[in-house]
Order: sequence, then structure tokens, then C-alpha cells
Amino acid sequence: MENHLHAGLLRLGDDVLILAQRLGEWCGHGPALEEDIALSNVALDLLGQARAFLTLAGEREGNGRDEDALAYFRTDREFTNALLVELPNGDFGDTIMRQCLFDQFALLRYEALSAQSIDKEVSAIAAKAVKEVRYHAEHSSQWVIRLGDGTSESHHRIQKSLNRLWSYTGELFADDAVTESLAADGLMPLLANLQKPWQEAMNQILLEATLVMPENSGTQTGGRSGLHTEHLSYLLAEMQVLPRTYPGAQW
Amino acid sequence: MVEERLSRIQACLSNVQDPELPFLSITELGMIRGCEIDQNGTAVILLTPTYSGCPATDAIQDDISEAVSEFETNFRVKLVHSPAWTTDWIDNDTREKMKRHGIAPPDGNSADKAFLLGKERKVSCPRCRSANTKMISAFGSTACKAHFQCESCLEPFDHFKCI
Ligand SMILES: [Zn+2]
Repeated sequence: MENHLHAGLLRLGDDVLILAQRLGEWCGHGPALEEDIALSNVALDLLGQARAFLTLAGEREGNGRDEDALAYFRTDREFTNALLVELPNGDFGDTIMRQCLFDQFALLRYEALSAQSIDKEVSAIAAKAVKEVRYHAEHSSQWVIRLGDGTSESHHRIQKSLNRLWSYTGELFADDAVTESLAADGLMPLLANLQKPWQEAMNQILLEATLVMPENSGTQTGGRSGLHTEHLSYLLAEMQVLPRTYPGAQW
Repeated sequence: MVEERLSRIQACLSNVQDPELPFLSITELGMIRGCEIDQNGTAVILLTPTYSGCPATDAIQDDISEAVSEFETNFRVKLVHSPAWTTDWIDNDTREKMKRHGIAPPDGNSADKAFLLGKERKVSCPRCRSANTKMISAFGSTACKAHFQCESCLEPFDHFKCI
């Protein structure tokens, strides 16, 4: 049971750590100053959530690993984030669509955790994150609507982003032995229960954005068991190079 | 004795500034959630971050340690996440202070979701008081602020987000 909690917390932490690192790549490259600042701000919130979850994952594991040990000294096969968040940024539309798909999921997952988890630390971190993700979800959904219901060029491109990312969304709701045991112990929600409300929320947004929800055509999975796309390895190489080259470096 | 020790620490904390809003103290922002003596006689200062990823949190912990260590040796700062920080803890005097420094304070109550998401947002300009303002971006110079512009006097300004 304790091991499952550690595994569940790693998944929560890894999702937001990897997405924060991806969003950080936009810093200094945003399409407008306001967007540059917005994406960096979202990244910072996600990084803060990752720190809290990874710190707790280390504590619940009980082997003395702290947030830095977990973020910087695990290999790609030990990361258990969903594949969606490790995908390259693409253009601004790709990034904002990925963000919208993730934000709507994250909001539901955090709401469920803060309301249901019997682990007080878990529910406290989630309750705080809910407040932050509400702002993120508002931001990304407004952009999806603006681009979808914008020019024919922006409409065409954001629809393509959606089609490309869609097969990565099923993994967000895939339960396995870890989530089932966590749900049975009242620690974390069953992910399958979040899928319907997520689809309803996405439906609303896509309708307003005049976009078409893609047909379900297979689901890409593997992230939760450490089987990733090649993109994660490059991301980790950049994220981890400094602490691995100069362990314990401070400035 | 204990009372005296705690009130001395409290008084000291009310002089520790927020690095991003240096005209406000961390106490005025509601970030100090208490101060108590544990069973070992250590004074424990309970600090809550405004945002999970607020980079000022580390700096604030250092500032607290520096200020308190001038008269107290046995203390530590403990980060608490629950209950989650909310702008509801910022009192009216502090909100007035923000206005005087050109920042539109959080209006309304964080429990009001429609307000939170901008459906009913009425932020008035801290310079000319006009209610005719527009949001440029929900994300401003720091995690806690949104970027607004006044349509009357045309000045851009920061709005402390309701959370
Ligand atoms: Zn004005």
C-alpha cells in the first residue's frame, strides 16, 4: 500500500514536472510578451506542484530521497508521467491545445483528490493546486476558442493540433493495479471516473471553438510504466545535466 | 515567558517584507499561519506559500531566519499547505495600501467562482478609480498578479488576483 502511494505521487509529480519543463522552453520565445509571461507563470505553478508531490513521494517512500533526488537522479525509464506532457511543444497552437487537454484533466483530478483523499497532505497539495489550475484552464480554453473560432488558417491549424494529440488523452484515464489499489484505500480517485466529466468539459470548449472532437482511433500508452517516447530522454538530458555534472551545486 | 517569546517573534515577523511587494509584510499578506512552541521548546513559525511555485518562498524563509536569529536561537520555519492560502486573508487596510502603491487589490471573495474566472470582474483603476478597465493578461509580473489597463486614463496596472 505504501509503495502504491509512492508510485501514485510520482505520477502526479512527474506529469507536472515534465510539463513545466516543456512550457519553460517558451520563455523568451512566446508569440507576444503577455503569452511569454503567461506560459512561464503556468510553468512555475506546475513546478511548485511538482516539488510538493515529489517531496511527499520521497517521504512516503521512506528511503531518504528528496525532491531533487527524484527529479534529477532518475532515468527516463523511471519517470511515470503521461506521454501527452512530454511531447514537443510544436507551434503555439499545439502547445495551447496540449495545455487545454491537460488542464481540464488536472482540474478534475485535483478536485477529486482534495475532496476524497484520506491522506491529508495529498488533499492539501491538491486543494492548493485546484486554485492555480482554474486560472490555467481558463487561459488555455480561451485560447483554444479564440484560435478555433478565429481565421480559417488558425481554425485549420488548431484542429490539426487536436487531431494529433487526441490519441494521447486516453492514457490520462487508464487505471491499473496502482490506481485501483489507491482508489480502494481512499487515497486517490479512479481515473476512469474522471473521463466522462472531462469529455463533457472538452465538448463545451470545442463546440464554442467550432472544432470537431476526433474519432477514437487507438490510445497511446506506456508512460505510466516508464515506456516513453524518445522525446523524454532529450528533455531529461537538458533538465538533469547540471546537477549530474556538478552534484550538490548551489548558487 | 512563553507568551513573551511568541509575541516577540510575531512582532519581528510583521517587519519581514515580501520581496515582490516590499511595501507589505508577510504578516499583512496572511502568509504567517501561526507560531508555537513544540515539545522540545523550539519555536515553530508556520509559513504558507501564496502560490505553490512562488520563487519568493525560499527567499522569505531566509529573511525570516535572518530576522528572528537576532534574538532567538531555537526556532525553525515550517511550510504548511493546509488550509491553502487565499486572498481572503488580506485585510482592508492592506488592500488600501496596495491601492496607494498602484496595485488593484483583490476584490470580492475567493469562494465566488464566477468572479474568480472573470465572469463578473470589476477591477477599478488604482490611479483614477475608473471602473472602465480591461484585462490584458491573467498572468502578470508575478504569479499573484494579473495585468490590466485602464480605458479612462490608459495606464497599465497590476491587479492582485483573487485566489
Ligand atoms: Zn485609470
